Amino acid sequence: MFGLEKRDTSMLIIVAVLTMFAPFILNPFPAGSALAQFNAGYPDLMQRFVIFGIFAIGFNILFGLTGYLSFGHAAFLGVGSYSAVWMFKLLSMNVIPAIILSVIVAGLFSLLIGFVSLRRSGIYFSILTLAFAQMSFNLAYSVLTPITNGETGLQLTLNDPRVLGVSATADGSIPVTNLFGMEMRSTFELAVGPWAFQFNAGYYLCAVILLLAFYLSIRIFRSPFGMMLRAVKSNQQRMNYTGLNTRPYTLAAFVISGMYAGLAGGLMASMDPLAGAERMQWTASGEVVLMTILGGAGTLIGPVLGAGFIKYFENIFSKINDGVLHSWFSFMPDGLENAMVTLIHPFVGKGWHLTLGILFMLVVIFLPGGLVEGGQRIRKWAKNKRSGGETPTGKTEPAE
Amino acid sequence: MDAILLQILNGLDKGSAYALIALGLTLIFGTLGVVNFAHGALFMIGAFCAVTVQRLLNLSFEVVDPDKTDFLGQPLKVKTPYVEAWFGPEMGGAIIDWAVPLAILFAIPIMIGVGYVMERGLIKHFYKRPHADQILVTFGLAIVLQEVVKYFYGANPIQTPAPESLNGIVNLGAVIGMDIVYPVWRVVYFLFSVVIIGGIFSFLQFTTFGMVVRAGMADRETVGLLGINIDRRFTIMFGIAAAVAGLAGVMYTPINSPNYHMGMDFLVLSFVVVVVGGMGSLPGAVLAGFMLGVLESFASMNEIKSIIPGIDQIIIYVVAIIILLTRPRGLMGRKGVMED
Repeated sequence: MFGLEKRDTSMLIIVAVLTMFAPFILNPFPAGSALAQFNAGYPDLMQRFVIFGIFAIGFNILFGLTGYLSFGHAAFLGVGSYSAVWMFKLLSMNVIPAIILSVIVAGLFSLLIGFVSLRRSGIYFSILTLAFAQMSFNLAYSVLTPITNGETGLQLTLNDPRVLGVSATADGSIPVTNLFGMEMRSTFELAVGPWAFQFNAGYYLCAVILLLAFYLSIRIFRSPFGMMLRAVKSNQQRMNYTGLNTRPYTLAAFVISGMYAGLAGGLMASMDPLAGAERMQWTASGEVVLMTILGGAGTLIGPVLGAGFIKYFENIFSKINDGVLHSWFSFMPDGLENAMVTLIHPFVGKGWHLTLGILFMLVVIFLPGGLVEGGQRIRKWAKNKRSGGETPTGKTEPAE
Repeated sequence: MDAILLQILNGLDKGSAYALIALGLTLIFGTLGVVNFAHGALFMIGAFCAVTVQRLLNLSFEVVDPDKTDFLGQPLKVKTPYVEAWFGPEMGGAIIDWAVPLAILFAIPIMIGVGYVMERGLIKHFYKRPHADQILVTFGLAIVLQEVVKYFYGANPIQTPAPESLNGIVNLGAVIGMDIVYPVWRVVYFLFSVVIIGGIFSFLQFTTFGMVVRAGMADRETVGLLGINIDRRFTIMFGIAAAVAGLAGVMYTPINSPNYHMGMDFLVLSFVVVVVGGMGSLPGAVLAGFMLGVLESFASMNEIKSIIPGIDQIIIYVVAIIILLTRPRGLMGRKGVMED
């Protein structure tokens, strides 16, 4: 189906089902119950899942296929956000032109940076992209303030000169982003017994775009172009010796992944029309690297998993405070309860980054293929056990 | 003329921090071939050694003084640091005042220990893995170290003043008949970094240990075949590199109050410094550190900023990009390093 192999089709369908029914799947606990804080089915978080999913899918096209580790991808996301907000300010509150512009601008920007950075490889490439991203970040903070509004961040105001549409609504507030009249923030609530499911227009727009982005990335992975990128990863020198110039291929991959980042930035601004320079900082670039590696670099589904995993735990873990911990362990004797709470306290709440760092290190050390490789190992182990302990092949398949 | 000299001075003191961190990074890279993204965290740990020493020295006990009362009429509680009680108020006060320089003594064993544990416990297993993996695992380690420090010391910057007598300003230009007023501590920092850099270079150049290490950097395998345990020596070098970063951090605390993410801020810049200087070249790292520091401070002069606005923010990166594109191995890079 859709020109895909059977396996890829089923993966696409699984992702489609997961994203379309996310408001149900992420909301398994009734509102008001003790476990309700593990629910992630609210629009803001679900939007972030898919937006960062798109970002990570794009990053994976560069890093997973060609092996070029870029430490400056957040710059493209930031540029995308800025251009989307400018489109809202100047043209119309419809998200379509904003997203298109952010993809185009991020593409041009990444063409420029990629053209220079891809002259070198390995760590030099990482440093070059890092340098460019930090440069954009510093400039956005200082000299480019007329365009970026510096530290405050670019926001909509009541007197934006909007060509199509009004600068302020009748009741004197800033108009909201919409898709041909459908407001991005409008949410339909469905109450089933104690459960409250929220269906948000913005989320579904993002989800549809995620599916398109995912489909495109499958096509790229399976195309001759994707094969060429993999060849660059495994042995660039040999490619050069066969008389093939790899630069256009890597540059194309770089620009594509930059456009994905721009798309993510544009979507982010469409959901919440503001853009700040901190989105371009190198720690933000580090985050997408974490997501991709954690999920499994070079695999199709990995980056989406990683993005969802990190964003979910970031939100859920950081909400757990001492009170919650005490209520969990209240069945234990007092001394033990307090001991458990003190033991776990540094890892939750504000200490969430500690957990993330440890988790990330463990993944890099023991599971270089990320969550996907973990899943494969478990499946293989289960299979071996069922078939009565056949000799294991001893070689892990490259994660696809 | 005065302004130019002042900018050079400004640049030298920032440059000495860059040079010290980049020197440590290059030592690790040159010996073990590992790209250590946790080096900024080591710098930060060093700075927090100074904070710890300061806090330890300020540990005090309270005595109720029956003769005096506070403004509410209650007996006044007098806090006396233990150090003052043991050594007498004058000597004790002086010790507390000199907390930051004293922290050097405290930081050296701690940093060498941290470096040793890091190398044996983690980095050792990553020699054969690709550079991307090394970057990623040390990046994760940096996050962990940072968060641990944040857990114990909080997220706010902590003031750690320099000793009273080194806290003022000095007119450096008086000797040559010019007026260059400059903070004393920054001069101390520069001299300190010169001493450390000189120490490392002479250690490598004039001792047998250093000779073996240099031989190992040039050809690890052959040195191993000669029956020398080069791994153990490289581990020690890792400890020394960690100590250099830590000392840079200790001495930097009076210039900038330490907070838990100061390492990350320096890390990016010092990587740029290393790459500009040339991967694996110690003189290159030092030279590039001072050069970029001076360039940065010149770029922040108002005269230059009025010609090219914003240049002070990006000068280092611009220089890095130009150098990487024109001299692919950096200023003094060796052949065959990081070129696989």
